[in-house]
Amino acid sequence: MVQQRLLIVGVLMIVLLRGGVVHGQDTLLNVSYDPTRELYQAFNEAFTKHWLQSTGRTVSIKQSHGGSGRQARAVIDGLQADVVTLALADDIDLLARRGGLLPVHWQSRLPRRSVPYTSTIVFLVRHGNPKNIRDWDDLIQPEVSVLTPNPKTSGGARWNYLAAWGYARKKFGSEEKAQAFVRALFQRVPVLDSGARGATMTFVERGIGDVLLAWENEAYLALREFGPGKFSIVVPSVSILTEPPVALVDQVVDQHGTRKVAQAYLQFWYTTQAQEIAAKNHYRPTDPAVLRRVQSEFSKLKLFTLQEMFGEWSEVQRKHFADGGLFDQMYLKAAQ
Amino acid sequence: MTRAVVPASRVIPGFGMTLGVTVTYVGLVVLLPLVAVAVHAWQLSVADFWRVVTAPRVMAAYRLSFGAALFSASVSVAFGLLVAWVLVRYEFFGRQLLDALVDLPFALPTAVAGISLAAIYAPNGWIGAILQPLGWRVAFTPVGIVVALVFIGFPFVVRTTQPVLAALAKELEEAATTLGASRWQIFQRIIFPCLIPALLTGFSLAFARAVGEYGSVIFIAGNLPFVSEIVPLVIVTKLEQFDQAGATAVAVTMLMMAFLILLGIHGIQWHLRRTLQMK
Repeated sequence: MVQQRLLIVGVLMIVLLRGGVVHGQDTLLNVSYDPTRELYQAFNEAFTKHWLQSTGRTVSIKQSHGGSGRQARAVIDGLQADVVTLALADDIDLLARRGGLLPVHWQSRLPRRSVPYTSTIVFLVRHGNPKNIRDWDDLIQPEVSVLTPNPKTSGGARWNYLAAWGYARKKFGSEEKAQAFVRALFQRVPVLDSGARGATMTFVERGIGDVLLAWENEAYLALREFGPGKFSIVVPSVSILTEPPVALVDQVVDQHGTRKVAQAYLQFWYTTQAQEIAAKNHYRPTDPAVLRRVQSEFSKLKLFTLQEMFGEWSEVQRKHFADGGLFDQMYLKAAQ
Repeated sequence: MTRAVVPASRVIPGFGMTLGVTVTYVGLVVLLPLVAVAVHAWQLSVADFWRVVTAPRVMAAYRLSFGAALFSASVSVAFGLLVAWVLVRYEFFGRQLLDALVDLPFALPTAVAGISLAAIYAPNGWIGAILQPLGWRVAFTPVGIVVALVFIGFPFVVRTTQPVLAALAKELEEAATTLGASRWQIFQRIIFPCLIPALLTGFSLAFARAVGEYGSVIFIAGNLPFVSEIVPLVIVTKLEQFDQAGATAVAVTMLMMAFLILLGIHGIQWHLRRTLQMK
């Protein structure tokens, strides 16, 4: 009796498992950074429809989210990501340099240096802006407490740090003064979460901090989720243009036989439809035509790029965020 | 009185086999992973190893981790003894329920514990809101770390003390009473000495757990370098930056310090047992 039942279950399982292949189902794992959950929910839905219409195949897309650096590490350690959509190019460079999972020139394989959407760093403040925060200078005032995740583990926090640094260097004109400014800023940080979503939760749920340094998209999302009556967005005069890139993980897609669908998935980003999805989720589209159309929905501010202000990621990483780098030195000085 | 020398031929058979199994099992389950950690750390030269493990930031983390663990284990001993006492000595409504509640911190995923504690002790949480006007901050300070460690460590003390307390021979106390001892004297001279080994075991378990605790602490600690950054977080951060050798160097040092402290506690226990036997 028991054996019979087991047999039936076994047969059923084989049918079910095989069934997936017979009917033409593709699966993809997209390993992404922290605040893109909602973006990729919308994007995946659109791509699934598009893939069914153009090939007659269904595709099931799994998502994984977390701090960008942590996600890169997981992929190198064997997380089977077909595509990675991380917070900054350096984390994908790591996959190429350390893991050999994709060629080092990966960024040139897709249009616009593999950056289908951009964002920037803005301030989220408590409703009515009680501490009257207008620009970067206001963050280092006494009585102001600032929230940002840890730049050593969070991609978003590295952008926060670099945005502050870039502002100070532009304003005060020297690296030393920029460093002093960023040090003063981090002295006002009471909690260092490991990822952007964690910092948002600490700010929103725990009521810690007067201002949260956040991705523009994350700030808008917090407004939408928790109601505009609780928080306001403050746009500084200057900030950094954040460029989160996307890439195919060659070693994984070749193993899974998913190269075609993964390629189509990433290329789908460059369609007008997908660019509009980005805009709807408060990411700035990189398609010039779409960007012009939705420009009024985004705040106007001066944006500098990483390349202009700092050069290449590998250099920035070594100088600022590596062990014993400028970020570590700031805390060391403060402790002494 | 001289102590009996262990006889060459044992009364209970199977010593060779059971010892063999024990050594193999402990070797595979405990020692092998630790050896792997040590081997990784050897990728560094002695000078580099020293530089990594004595970096000011790491030293601050050692002080915090071991200090908070020792302190919270002491708190757990005090209150764990009290709870065990109440559970064993008194009959009251809801005792079974209270008894079962003690184990909950064992079962709860540590991350859940950390998130709930942070929610309660944050300035806008139930307890945090009361403490805030007094100028006391718990969540996102080193105090928060101690709160989390007490939460996860306290069942160890209750569970190690409870059976000893229950098995304590009533006759001793009765005899003491007939000899005119006061209640406090009975506790001080008879009950407490019998409980010391169990309390020490509870202390070392709570301490060991607290030193390595990660999940619950990171949610309530604030994680600021030099202020509220625990050693396990330093290790995880190093790993996330692909500094495997550095991470394992810190881990090995931490392990050795913990081992020495535990060894010290066992030494005290061993000494106590001997003096008790001598009496």
